[in-house]
Amino acid sequence: MTGTLDPTVVNLTVFVLAVFVGYHVVWNVTPALHTPLMSVTNAISSVIMVGALLAAGPRAIDFGSILGAVAVGLVAINTFGGFLVTQRMLEMFKRKEKKGGAG
Amino acid sequence: MSANQVALWYLVASVLFILALKGLSHPEAARRGNLFGMIGMAIAVLTTLTLAERYDLILLAILAGGTIGAVVARRVQMTQMPQLVAAMHSLVGMAAVLIAIAIVNNPTAFDLPDPIPTGNRLELFIGTFVGAITFSGSVIAFGKLAGLGNHFRLFSSAPVVFKGQHLLNLVLALVMIGFGVAFFLGPREAQWPPFLVMTAIAFVLGVLIIIPIGGADMPVVISMLNSYSGWAAAGIGFSLGNSMLIVAGSLVGSSGAILSYIMCRAMNRSFFSVILGGFGGAEGQVAAGTGDKQVKSGSADDVAFLLGNAESVIIIPGYGLAVARAQHAVKEMAEKLIHKGVNVRYAIHPVAGRMPGHMNVLLAEAEVPYDQVVEMEDINSDFGTTDVAFVLGANDVVNPLAEQPGSPIYGMPILEAHKARTVLVNKRSMAAGYAGLDNPLFYMDRTMMVFGDAKKVVEDIVKALA
Repeated sequence: MTGTLDPTVVNLTVFVLAVFVGYHVVWNVTPALHTPLMSVTNAISSVIMVGALLAAGPRAIDFGSILGAVAVGLVAINTFGGFLVTQRMLEMFKRKEKKGGAG
Repeated sequence: MSANQVALWYLVASVLFILALKGLSHPEAARRGNLFGMIGMAIAVLTTLTLAERYDLILLAILAGGTIGAVVARRVQMTQMPQLVAAMHSLVGMAAVLIAIAIVNNPTAFDLPDPIPTGNRLELFIGTFVGAITFSGSVIAFGKLAGLGNHFRLFSSAPVVFKGQHLLNLVLALVMIGFGVAFFLGPREAQWPPFLVMTAIAFVLGVLIIIPIGGADMPVVISMLNSYSGWAAAGIGFSLGNSMLIVAGSLVGSSGAILSYIMCRAMNRSFFSVILGGFGGAEGQVAAGTGDKQVKSGSADDVAFLLGNAESVIIIPGYGLAVARAQHAVKEMAEKLIHKGVNVRYAIHPVAGRMPGHMNVLLAEAEVPYDQVVEMEDINSDFGTTDVAFVLGANDVVNPLAEQPGSPIYGMPILEAHKARTVLVNKRSMAAGYAGLDNPLFYMDRTMMVFGDAKKVVEDIVKALA
Protein backbone atom coordinates (compact mmCIF):
# COMPACT_ATOMS: atom_id res chain seq x y z
CA MET A 1 0.00 0.00 0.00
CA THR A 2 1.28 3.44 -0.84
CA GLY A 3 0.23 6.99 -0.04
CA THR A 4 -1.42 8.50 3.02
CA LEU A 5 -4.94 7.73 4.13
CA ASP A 6 -7.44 10.37 2.99
CA PRO A 7 -9.41 11.68 6.04
CA THR A 8 -12.59 11.34 3.98
CA VAL A 9 -12.06 7.57 3.92
CA VAL A 10 -11.80 7.54 7.72
CA ASN A 11 -14.96 9.65 7.93
CA LEU A 12 -16.74 7.30 5.58
CA THR A 13 -15.74 4.32 7.72
CA VAL A 14 -17.14 5.97 10.83
CA PHE A 15 -20.27 6.98 8.94
CA VAL A 16 -21.09 3.53 7.56
CA LEU A 17 -20.52 1.85 10.91
CA ALA A 18 -22.62 4.45 12.72
CA VAL A 19 -25.50 3.97 10.28
CA PHE A 20 -25.37 0.23 11.01
CA VAL A 21 -25.40 0.85 14.74
CA GLY A 22 -28.26 3.34 14.35
CA TYR A 23 -30.26 0.91 12.23
CA HIS A 24 -30.03 -1.90 14.77
CA VAL A 25 -30.55 0.26 17.84
CA VAL A 26 -33.58 2.07 16.43
CA TRP A 27 -35.38 -1.10 15.32
CA ASN A 28 -35.23 -2.15 18.96
CA VAL A 29 -37.02 0.97 20.15
CA THR A 30 -40.52 0.09 21.31
CA PRO A 31 -43.19 1.78 19.14
CA ALA A 32 -44.75 3.26 22.27
CA LEU A 33 -41.65 5.44 22.64
CA HIS A 34 -41.36 6.69 19.08
CA THR A 35 -42.30 10.25 20.05
CA PRO A 36 -39.63 10.43 22.79
CA LEU A 37 -37.25 8.88 20.24
CA MET A 38 -37.86 11.82 17.92
CA SER A 39 -37.43 14.42 20.64
CA VAL A 40 -34.24 12.81 21.95
CA THR A 41 -32.82 12.64 18.42
CA ASN A 42 -33.63 16.36 18.19
CA ALA A 43 -31.49 16.84 21.26
CA ILE A 44 -28.71 14.59 20.00
CA SER A 45 -28.51 16.29 16.61
CA SER A 46 -27.91 19.53 18.49
CA VAL A 47 -24.37 18.22 19.01
CA ILE A 48 -23.85 20.13 15.77
CA MET A 49 -23.25 22.84 18.35
CA VAL A 50 -19.58 21.77 18.48
CA GLY A 51 -19.23 23.20 14.97
CA ALA A 52 -20.96 26.40 16.03
CA LEU A 53 -18.72 26.66 19.11
CA LEU A 54 -15.62 26.46 16.93
CA ALA A 55 -17.02 29.25 14.76
CA ALA A 56 -17.84 31.43 17.77
CA GLY A 57 -14.58 30.67 19.60
CA PRO A 58 -11.82 32.82 18.01
CA ARG A 59 -10.58 35.87 19.94
CA ALA A 60 -11.33 38.34 17.15
CA ILE A 61 -15.03 38.88 16.58
CA ASP A 62 -15.91 38.83 12.90
CA PHE A 63 -18.75 37.84 10.60
CA GLY A 64 -18.01 34.14 11.14
CA SER A 65 -18.02 34.25 14.93
CA ILE A 66 -21.31 36.16 14.97
CA LEU A 67 -22.86 33.47 12.76
CA GLY A 68 -21.36 30.87 15.07
CA ALA A 69 -22.86 32.49 18.14
CA VAL A 70 -26.29 32.68 16.48
CA ALA A 71 -26.01 28.99 15.60
CA VAL A 72 -25.01 28.16 19.19
CA GLY A 73 -28.10 29.98 20.43
CA LEU A 74 -30.41 28.22 17.96
CA VAL A 75 -29.24 24.70 18.73
CA ALA A 76 -29.06 25.36 22.47
CA ILE A 77 -32.87 25.48 22.22
CA ASN A 78 -32.72 21.89 20.96
CA THR A 79 -30.16 20.76 23.48
CA PHE A 80 -32.14 21.91 26.48
CA GLY A 81 -35.62 21.66 25.00
CA GLY A 82 -35.02 18.24 23.47
CA PHE A 83 -33.64 16.49 26.52
CA LEU A 84 -36.04 18.16 28.95
CA VAL A 85 -39.19 17.45 26.96
CA THR A 86 -38.03 13.85 26.50
CA GLN A 87 -37.54 13.63 30.24
CA ARG A 88 -41.02 15.04 30.78
CA MET A 89 -42.59 12.50 28.46
CA LEU A 90 -40.67 9.57 29.93
CA GLU A 91 -41.87 10.56 33.41
CA MET A 92 -45.40 10.02 32.12
CA PHE A 93 -44.52 6.46 31.21
CA LYS A 94 -43.50 5.69 34.76
CA ARG A 95 -45.33 2.73 36.20
CA LYS A 96 -48.02 4.18 38.44
CA GLU A 97 -48.47 2.89 41.95
CA LYS A 98 -52.08 1.97 42.61
CA LYS A 99 -53.63 4.84 44.49
CA GLY A 100 -56.50 4.00 46.81
CA GLY A 101 -58.72 6.99 46.30
CA ALA A 102 -58.47 7.20 42.50
CA GLY A 103 -61.73 6.94 40.55
CA MET B 1 -6.32 19.79 25.55
CA SER B 2 -4.49 17.87 22.82
CA ALA B 3 -6.26 16.83 19.65
CA ASN B 4 -6.09 13.21 20.79
CA GLN B 5 -7.69 13.96 24.16
CA VAL B 6 -10.47 15.87 22.42
CA ALA B 7 -11.07 12.96 20.06
CA LEU B 8 -11.23 10.51 22.97
CA TRP B 9 -13.77 12.61 24.86
CA TYR B 10 -15.79 12.84 21.68
CA LEU B 11 -15.68 9.04 21.50
CA VAL B 12 -17.10 8.83 25.03
CA ALA B 13 -19.89 11.22 24.03
CA SER B 14 -20.66 9.16 20.90
CA VAL B 15 -21.02 5.99 22.96
CA LEU B 16 -23.34 7.79 25.38
CA PHE B 17 -25.53 8.94 22.47
CA ILE B 18 -25.87 5.35 21.28
CA LEU B 19 -26.82 4.30 24.82
CA ALA B 20 -29.44 7.07 24.93
CA LEU B 21 -31.21 5.54 21.94
CA LYS B 22 -30.68 1.99 23.17
CA GLY B 23 -32.49 2.82 26.42
CA LEU B 24 -35.69 3.54 24.52
CA SER B 25 -36.26 -0.18 24.02
CA HIS B 26 -38.24 -0.11 27.28
CA PRO B 27 -40.01 2.66 29.22
CA GLU B 28 -38.17 1.84 32.44
CA ALA B 29 -34.72 1.94 30.84
CA ALA B 30 -35.49 5.05 28.81
CA ARG B 31 -35.05 7.61 31.59
CA ARG B 32 -31.54 6.35 32.30
CA GLY B 33 -30.86 6.46 28.56
CA ASN B 34 -31.96 10.08 28.42
CA LEU B 35 -29.56 10.84 31.27
CA PHE B 36 -26.75 9.21 29.28
CA GLY B 37 -27.67 11.47 26.37
CA MET B 38 -27.47 14.56 28.56
CA ILE B 39 -24.09 13.53 29.97
CA GLY B 40 -22.82 12.86 26.46
CA MET B 41 -23.96 16.28 25.33
CA ALA B 42 -22.32 17.95 28.34
CA ILE B 43 -19.04 16.16 27.61
CA ALA B 44 -19.18 17.13 23.94
CA VAL B 45 -19.85 20.81 24.67
CA LEU B 46 -17.38 21.17 27.55
CA THR B 47 -14.62 19.47 25.57
CA THR B 48 -15.18 21.84 22.66
CA LEU B 49 -15.30 24.83 24.98
CA THR B 50 -11.70 24.17 26.05
CA LEU B 51 -10.71 25.00 22.47
CA ALA B 52 -12.37 28.43 22.50
CA GLU B 53 -10.44 31.66 23.05
CA ARG B 54 -13.33 33.79 24.29
CA TYR B 55 -16.51 32.79 26.06
CA ASP B 56 -18.76 35.86 26.29
CA LEU B 57 -20.59 35.33 23.00
CA ILE B 58 -20.88 31.61 23.54
CA LEU B 59 -22.23 31.77 27.07
CA LEU B 60 -24.70 34.47 26.15
CA ALA B 61 -25.96 32.35 23.24
CA ILE B 62 -26.24 29.18 25.34
CA LEU B 63 -28.04 31.05 28.09
CA ALA B 64 -30.53 32.59 25.65
CA GLY B 65 -31.19 29.41 23.68
CA GLY B 66 -31.15 27.19 26.75
CA THR B 67 -33.72 29.33 28.53
CA ILE B 68 -36.07 29.30 25.55
CA GLY B 69 -35.63 25.52 25.21
CA ALA B 70 -36.25 24.85 28.89
CA VAL B 71 -39.37 27.03 29.01
CA VAL B 72 -40.80 25.48 25.85
CA ALA B 73 -40.08 21.95 27.09
CA ARG B 74 -41.98 22.69 30.28
CA ARG B 75 -44.95 24.46 28.70
CA VAL B 76 -45.59 22.51 25.50
CA GLN B 77 -48.75 20.43 25.43
CA MET B 78 -48.46 16.85 24.30
CA THR B 79 -50.87 17.48 21.42
CA GLN B 80 -48.34 20.09 20.22
CA MET B 81 -45.36 17.73 20.19
CA PRO B 82 -45.38 17.36 16.38
CA GLN B 83 -45.03 21.13 15.94
CA LEU B 84 -42.26 21.31 18.53
CA VAL B 85 -40.32 18.50 16.89
CA ALA B 86 -40.71 20.14 13.46
CA ALA B 87 -39.47 23.45 14.87
CA MET B 88 -36.45 21.71 16.36
CA HIS B 89 -35.61 20.07 13.03
CA SER B 90 -35.62 23.48 11.43
CA LEU B 91 -33.14 24.81 14.03
CA VAL B 92 -30.67 22.01 13.31
CA GLY B 93 -30.99 22.70 9.59
CA MET B 94 -30.44 26.44 10.07
CA ALA B 95 -27.45 25.83 12.35
CA ALA B 96 -25.90 23.59 9.69
CA VAL B 97 -26.22 26.37 7.11
CA LEU B 98 -24.80 29.04 9.44
CA ILE B 99 -21.85 26.83 10.38
CA ALA B 100 -21.19 26.08 6.72
CA ILE B 101 -21.13 29.80 5.90
CA ALA B 102 -18.74 30.36 8.81
CA ILE B 103 -16.48 27.58 7.49
CA VAL B 104 -16.40 29.09 4.02
CA ASN B 105 -15.74 32.50 5.57
CA ASN B 106 -12.80 31.41 7.73
CA PRO B 107 -11.74 27.76 7.52
CA THR B 108 -8.75 28.27 9.83
CA ALA B 109 -11.07 28.76 12.83
CA PHE B 110 -12.06 25.11 12.30
CA ASP B 111 -8.48 23.85 11.85
CA LEU B 112 -9.10 23.42 8.16
CA PRO B 113 -6.53 24.51 5.57
CA ASP B 114 -7.28 27.67 3.59
CA PRO B 115 -8.25 27.24 0.77
CA ILE B 116 -10.48 24.35 1.84
CA PRO B 117 -9.56 21.06 0.10
CA THR B 118 -11.95 20.00 -2.64
CA GLY B 119 -13.11 16.93 -0.71
CA ASN B 120 -14.16 18.99 2.29
CA ARG B 121 -15.87 21.47 0.02
CA LEU B 122 -17.92 18.68 -1.54
CA GLU B 123 -18.98 17.58 1.96
CA LEU B 124 -19.68 21.18 2.87
CA PHE B 125 -21.91 21.54 -0.18
CA ILE B 126 -23.89 18.43 0.80
CA GLY B 127 -24.21 19.48 4.45
CA THR B 128 -25.35 22.96 3.44
CA PHE B 129 -28.06 22.01 1.00
CA VAL B 130 -29.43 19.26 3.21
CA GLY B 131 -29.44 21.75 6.09
CA ALA B 132 -31.19 24.42 4.04
CA ILE B 133 -33.86 21.98 2.81
CA THR B 134 -34.35 20.74 6.37
CA PHE B 135 -34.82 24.30 7.60
CA SER B 136 -37.36 25.58 5.11
CA GLY B 137 -39.12 22.22 4.82
CA SER B 138 -39.51 22.03 8.59
CA VAL B 139 -40.83 25.57 8.76
CA ILE B 140 -43.57 24.59 6.31
CA ALA B 141 -44.24 21.37 8.24
CA PHE B 142 -44.43 23.38 11.45
CA GLY B 143 -46.96 25.75 9.88
CA LYS B 144 -49.10 22.89 8.62
CA LEU B 145 -49.03 21.09 11.96
CA ALA B 146 -49.72 24.25 13.95
CA GLY B 147 -52.72 24.97 11.73
CA LEU B 148 -51.46 28.27 10.35
CA GLY B 149 -53.07 27.48 7.00
CA ASN B 150 -55.82 30.03 7.56
CA HIS B 151 -53.27 32.83 7.64
CA PHE B 152 -50.83 31.68 4.97
CA ARG B 153 -51.75 29.46 2.08
CA LEU B 154 -48.25 27.93 2.09
CA PHE B 155 -49.04 26.37 5.46
CA SER B 156 -52.35 24.89 4.32
CA SER B 157 -52.81 21.32 5.54
CA ALA B 158 -54.43 20.59 2.19
CA PRO B 159 -51.82 19.82 -0.46
CA VAL B 160 -50.65 22.90 -2.39
CA VAL B 161 -50.25 21.65 -5.93
CA PHE B 162 -49.74 23.37 -9.26
CA LYS B 163 -49.00 22.36 -12.80
CA GLY B 164 -45.41 21.43 -13.58
CA GLN B 165 -44.55 21.21 -9.89
CA HIS B 166 -42.42 18.10 -10.12
CA LEU B 167 -40.65 19.35 -13.25
CA LEU B 168 -39.87 22.65 -11.49
CA ASN B 169 -38.47 20.79 -8.48
CA LEU B 170 -36.33 18.60 -10.71
CA VAL B 171 -34.96 21.57 -12.66
CA LEU B 172 -34.25 23.49 -9.45
CA ALA B 173 -32.48 20.48 -7.95
CA LEU B 174 -30.28 20.11 -11.02
CA VAL B 175 -29.46 23.84 -11.08
CA MET B 176 -28.64 23.65 -7.37
CA ILE B 177 -26.28 20.73 -7.94
CA GLY B 178 -24.71 22.66 -10.84
CA PHE B 179 -23.90 25.61 -8.58
CA GLY B 180 -22.69 23.18 -5.92
CA VAL B 181 -20.24 21.66 -8.40
CA ALA B 182 -19.11 25.16 -9.39
CA PHE B 183 -18.51 25.82 -5.69
CA PHE B 184 -16.42 22.79 -4.88
CA LEU B 185 -14.48 22.59 -8.13
CA GLY B 186 -14.10 26.33 -8.72
CA PRO B 187 -11.29 28.60 -7.50
CA ARG B 188 -11.26 30.01 -3.97
CA GLU B 189 -11.62 33.60 -5.19
CA ALA B 190 -14.94 32.81 -6.87
CA GLN B 191 -16.44 30.53 -4.18
CA TRP B 192 -19.08 32.84 -2.67
CA PRO B 193 -21.49 33.41 -5.60
CA PRO B 194 -22.07 29.73 -6.43
CA PHE B 195 -22.22 28.83 -2.72
CA LEU B 196 -24.84 31.45 -1.92
CA VAL B 197 -26.96 30.75 -5.00
CA MET B 198 -26.84 27.03 -4.21
CA THR B 199 -27.96 27.69 -0.62
CA ALA B 200 -30.77 30.00 -1.73
CA ILE B 201 -32.11 27.42 -4.19
CA ALA B 202 -31.97 24.78 -1.45
CA PHE B 203 -34.12 26.96 0.81
CA VAL B 204 -36.70 27.32 -1.99
CA LEU B 205 -36.60 23.58 -2.69
CA GLY B 206 -37.35 22.78 0.95
CA VAL B 207 -40.56 24.79 0.70
CA LEU B 208 -41.56 23.28 -2.64
CA ILE B 209 -40.94 19.72 -1.48
CA ILE B 210 -43.21 19.97 1.56
CA ILE B 211 -46.14 22.13 0.38
CA PRO B 212 -47.76 19.41 -1.81
CA ILE B 213 -47.87 16.92 1.07
CA GLY B 214 -51.26 16.73 2.78
CA GLY B 215 -52.13 16.61 6.45
CA ALA B 216 -52.68 12.85 6.53
CA ASP B 217 -49.08 12.23 5.54
CA MET B 218 -47.59 14.43 8.24
CA PRO B 219 -46.26 11.47 10.30
CA VAL B 220 -44.11 10.55 7.29
CA VAL B 221 -43.00 14.12 6.64
CA ILE B 222 -41.96 14.75 10.20
CA SER B 223 -39.99 11.49 10.31
CA MET B 224 -38.37 12.34 6.99
CA LEU B 225 -37.30 15.78 8.20
CA ASN B 226 -35.99 14.14 11.37
CA SER B 227 -33.81 12.04 9.12
CA TYR B 228 -32.67 15.05 7.04
CA SER B 229 -31.66 16.99 10.14
CA GLY B 230 -29.41 14.07 11.09
CA TRP B 231 -27.83 13.87 7.64
CA ALA B 232 -27.22 17.63 7.70
CA ALA B 233 -25.36 17.27 11.01
CA ALA B 234 -23.38 14.33 9.60
CA GLY B 235 -22.52 16.41 6.52
CA ILE B 236 -21.05 19.15 8.71
CA GLY B 237 -19.22 16.41 10.66
CA PHE B 238 -17.65 15.20 7.41
CA SER B 239 -16.45 18.65 6.41
CA LEU B 240 -14.95 19.22 9.86
CA GLY B 241 -13.55 15.69 10.09
CA ASN B 242 -15.40 15.32 13.40
CA SER B 243 -16.27 11.66 14.10
CA MET B 244 -18.66 12.43 16.94
CA LEU B 245 -20.74 14.69 14.74
CA ILE B 246 -20.77 12.00 12.05
CA VAL B 247 -21.87 9.35 14.56
CA ALA B 248 -24.60 11.51 16.11
CA GLY B 249 -25.83 12.65 12.70
CA SER B 250 -25.94 9.10 11.37
CA LEU B 251 -27.86 7.85 14.39
CA VAL B 252 -30.46 10.56 13.93
CA GLY B 253 -30.51 10.12 10.18
CA SER B 254 -31.10 6.38 10.32
CA SER B 255 -33.63 6.79 13.12
CA GLY B 256 -35.70 9.19 11.01
CA ALA B 257 -35.39 6.95 7.97
CA ILE B 258 -36.65 3.92 9.90
CA LEU B 259 -39.57 5.89 11.33
CA SER B 260 -40.49 7.11 7.82
CA TYR B 261 -40.45 3.51 6.65
CA ILE B 262 -42.63 2.35 9.57
CA MET B 263 -45.14 5.16 8.95
CA CYS B 264 -45.30 4.46 5.21
CA ARG B 265 -45.85 0.77 5.88
CA ALA B 266 -48.62 1.55 8.38
CA MET B 267 -50.44 3.60 5.73
CA ASN B 268 -49.57 1.17 2.95
CA ARG B 269 -48.12 4.03 0.94
CA SER B 270 -44.82 4.03 -0.89
CA PHE B 271 -42.31 6.61 0.20
CA PHE B 272 -42.27 8.12 -3.28
CA SER B 273 -46.02 8.56 -3.48
CA VAL B 274 -45.86 10.46 -0.18
CA ILE B 275 -43.02 12.66 -1.42
CA LEU B 276 -44.82 13.42 -4.67
CA GLY B 277 -47.74 14.55 -2.56
CA GLY B 278 -51.25 15.61 -3.43
CA PHE B 279 -52.84 13.13 -1.02
CA GLY B 280 -54.85 13.66 2.13
CA GLY B 281 -56.68 16.90 1.55
CA ALA B 282 -60.16 15.43 1.50
CA GLU B 283 -60.81 15.57 5.22
CA GLY B 284 -64.39 16.22 6.16
CA GLN B 285 -65.91 15.19 2.85
CA VAL B 286 -69.12 13.30 3.32
CA ALA B 287 -68.57 9.87 1.85
CA ALA B 288 -70.56 8.95 -1.21
CA GLY B 289 -73.38 6.47 -0.91
CA THR B 290 -74.19 6.91 2.75
CA GLY B 291 -77.83 7.75 2.06
CA ASP B 292 -79.17 4.29 1.33
CA LYS B 293 -77.49 2.51 4.22
CA GLN B 294 -78.77 2.51 7.77
CA VAL B 295 -76.67 2.95 10.86
CA LYS B 296 -77.82 2.04 14.33
CA SER B 297 -77.18 4.75 16.83
CA GLY B 298 -77.48 4.75 20.58
CA SER B 299 -77.03 6.95 23.62
CA ALA B 300 -74.28 7.16 26.20
CA ASP B 301 -76.49 5.14 28.55
CA ASP B 302 -76.71 2.30 26.01
CA VAL B 303 -72.94 2.34 25.66
CA ALA B 304 -72.45 2.29 29.42
CA PHE B 305 -74.78 -0.71 29.67
CA LEU B 306 -72.91 -2.64 26.97
CA LEU B 307 -69.50 -1.78 28.40
CA GLY B 308 -70.52 -2.58 31.96
CA ASN B 309 -71.77 -6.04 31.02
CA ALA B 310 -68.78 -6.96 28.88
CA GLU B 311 -65.95 -9.19 30.04
CA SER B 312 -63.39 -7.69 27.71
CA VAL B 313 -63.22 -4.27 26.07
CA ILE B 314 -60.68 -2.90 23.61
CA ILE B 315 -60.61 0.87 23.23
CA ILE B 316 -59.35 2.18 19.91
CA PRO B 317 -58.32 5.82 20.29
CA GLY B 318 -57.76 8.05 17.26
CA TYR B 319 -56.56 11.59 16.88
CA GLY B 320 -60.16 12.82 17.17
CA LEU B 321 -59.97 11.78 20.81
CA ALA B 322 -56.95 13.98 21.42
CA VAL B 323 -58.52 16.91 19.57
CA ALA B 324 -61.55 16.64 21.86
CA ARG B 325 -59.16 16.41 24.87
CA ALA B 326 -61.04 13.34 26.02
CA GLN B 327 -58.04 11.25 27.16
CA HIS B 328 -58.62 11.88 30.85
CA ALA B 329 -62.32 11.09 30.60
CA VAL B 330 -61.50 7.87 28.75
CA LYS B 331 -59.04 6.90 31.44
CA GLU B 332 -61.70 7.50 34.09
CA MET B 333 -64.14 5.35 32.13
CA ALA B 334 -61.55 2.57 31.81
CA GLU B 335 -60.83 2.68 35.55
CA LYS B 336 -64.51 2.32 36.38
CA LEU B 337 -64.77 -0.66 34.05
CA ILE B 338 -61.65 -2.28 35.47
CA HIS B 339 -63.13 -1.76 38.91
CA LYS B 340 -66.18 -3.74 37.75
CA GLY B 341 -63.86 -6.56 36.66
CA VAL B 342 -63.83 -5.80 32.94
CA ASN B 343 -60.59 -6.49 31.07
CA VAL B 344 -59.83 -3.14 29.39
CA ARG B 345 -57.04 -2.57 26.89
CA TYR B 346 -56.16 0.12 24.37
CA ALA B 347 -55.23 -0.77 20.79
CA ILE B 348 -52.84 1.60 19.04
CA HIS B 349 -52.44 1.88 15.29
CA PRO B 350 -48.97 3.15 14.28
CA VAL B 351 -50.47 6.24 12.61
CA ALA B 352 -52.95 7.08 15.38
CA GLY B 353 -51.88 10.68 15.94
CA ARG B 354 -49.83 13.25 14.08
CA MET B 355 -46.40 11.71 14.61
CA PRO B 356 -44.94 8.28 15.39
CA GLY B 357 -45.92 7.14 18.89
CA HIS B 358 -48.05 10.24 19.46
CA MET B 359 -51.10 8.41 20.81
CA ASN B 360 -48.99 6.50 23.33
CA VAL B 361 -47.72 9.78 24.76
CA LEU B 362 -51.22 11.26 24.86
CA LEU B 363 -52.48 8.25 26.81
CA ALA B 364 -49.43 8.27 29.08
CA GLU B 365 -50.14 11.92 29.82
CA ALA B 366 -53.62 10.90 30.97
CA GLU B 367 -51.88 8.41 33.28
CA VAL B 368 -53.03 5.33 31.44
CA PRO B 369 -50.62 2.56 32.54
CA TYR B 370 -48.50 1.56 29.53
CA ASP B 371 -49.12 -2.15 30.07
CA GLN B 372 -52.80 -1.60 29.13
CA VAL B 373 -51.69 -0.06 25.82
CA VAL B 374 -51.07 -2.64 23.10
CA GLU B 375 -49.64 -2.22 19.61
CA MET B 376 -51.57 -3.33 16.53
CA GLU B 377 -49.64 -6.52 15.75
CA ASP B 378 -50.00 -7.77 19.30
CA ILE B 379 -53.71 -7.18 19.75
CA ASN B 380 -55.26 -7.90 16.35
CA SER B 381 -55.63 -11.63 17.02
CA ASP B 382 -57.62 -10.87 20.20
CA PHE B 383 -60.51 -8.97 18.61
CA GLY B 384 -62.36 -12.19 17.71
CA THR B 385 -62.67 -13.12 21.38
CA THR B 386 -63.43 -9.59 22.60
CA ASP B 387 -66.92 -8.54 23.68
CA VAL B 388 -66.74 -4.85 22.83
CA ALA B 389 -64.46 -2.82 20.59
CA PHE B 390 -64.96 0.88 21.32
CA VAL B 391 -63.69 3.13 18.51
CA LEU B 392 -63.13 6.71 19.64
CA GLY B 393 -62.22 9.30 17.03
CA ALA B 394 -60.58 6.82 14.66
CA ASN B 395 -61.83 5.95 11.18
CA ASP B 396 -59.47 4.84 8.43
CA VAL B 397 -57.38 2.66 10.76
CA VAL B 398 -60.43 0.45 11.45
CA ASN B 399 -61.84 0.45 7.92
CA PRO B 400 -62.43 -3.17 6.80
CA LEU B 401 -62.25 -2.01 3.16
CA ALA B 402 -58.50 -2.37 3.62
CA GLU B 403 -59.03 -6.13 3.41
CA GLN B 404 -60.99 -5.87 0.16
CA PRO B 405 -58.97 -6.15 -3.06
CA GLY B 406 -59.61 -3.19 -5.33
CA SER B 407 -60.39 -0.66 -2.63
CA PRO B 408 -58.16 2.43 -2.53
CA ILE B 409 -56.76 1.50 0.86
CA TYR B 410 -56.42 -2.23 0.10
CA GLY B 411 -53.43 -3.67 1.95
CA MET B 412 -53.25 -1.03 4.64
CA PRO B 413 -52.85 -2.78 7.99
CA ILE B 414 -55.88 -2.07 10.20
CA LEU B 415 -57.07 -2.77 13.70
CA GLU B 416 -59.59 -5.56 13.19
CA ALA B 417 -62.34 -4.00 15.30
CA HIS B 418 -65.01 -5.51 13.02
CA LYS B 419 -64.20 -8.95 14.42
CA ALA B 420 -65.34 -8.04 17.93
CA ARG B 421 -68.76 -9.30 19.13
CA THR B 422 -70.03 -5.74 19.47
CA VAL B 423 -68.55 -2.61 17.95
CA LEU B 424 -69.19 0.85 19.39
CA VAL B 425 -68.14 3.87 17.38
CA ASN B 426 -68.04 7.45 18.59
CA LYS B 427 -67.87 10.07 15.86
CA ARG B 428 -68.95 13.66 15.53
CA SER B 429 -70.78 12.98 12.27
CA MET B 430 -70.79 10.58 9.34
CA ALA B 431 -67.97 12.50 7.60
CA ALA B 432 -65.31 10.36 5.95
CA GLY B 433 -61.76 10.08 7.25
CA TYR B 434 -58.59 11.44 5.66
CA ALA B 435 -58.73 8.84 2.93
CA GLY B 436 -62.18 10.17 1.91
CA LEU B 437 -63.66 6.68 2.06
CA ASP B 438 -66.88 5.29 3.44
CA ASN B 439 -66.40 2.83 6.29
CA PRO B 440 -68.48 -0.41 6.17
CA LEU B 441 -67.73 -0.95 9.86
CA PHE B 442 -70.37 1.67 10.69
CA TYR B 443 -73.16 -0.24 8.92
CA MET B 444 -72.61 -3.67 10.46
CA ASP B 445 -75.48 -5.24 12.44
CA ARG B 446 -73.19 -5.56 15.43
CA THR B 447 -72.20 -1.89 15.33
CA MET B 448 -73.75 0.91 17.32
CA MET B 449 -72.84 4.52 16.62
CA VAL B 450 -72.72 7.15 19.36
CA PHE B 451 -72.65 10.59 17.80
CA GLY B 452 -71.23 13.63 19.52
CA ASP B 453 -68.11 15.21 20.91
CA ALA B 454 -65.84 12.49 22.30
CA LYS B 455 -65.28 14.20 25.62
CA LYS B 456 -68.96 14.88 26.23
CA VAL B 457 -69.96 11.35 25.25
CA VAL B 458 -67.34 9.68 27.41
CA GLU B 459 -68.16 11.88 30.38
CA ASP B 460 -71.82 10.89 30.03
CA ILE B 461 -70.78 7.24 29.92
CA VAL B 462 -68.75 7.71 33.10
CA LYS B 463 -71.82 9.20 34.82
CA ALA B 464 -74.01 6.35 33.59
CA LEU B 465 -71.53 3.78 34.87
CA ALA B 466 -71.64 5.08 38.43
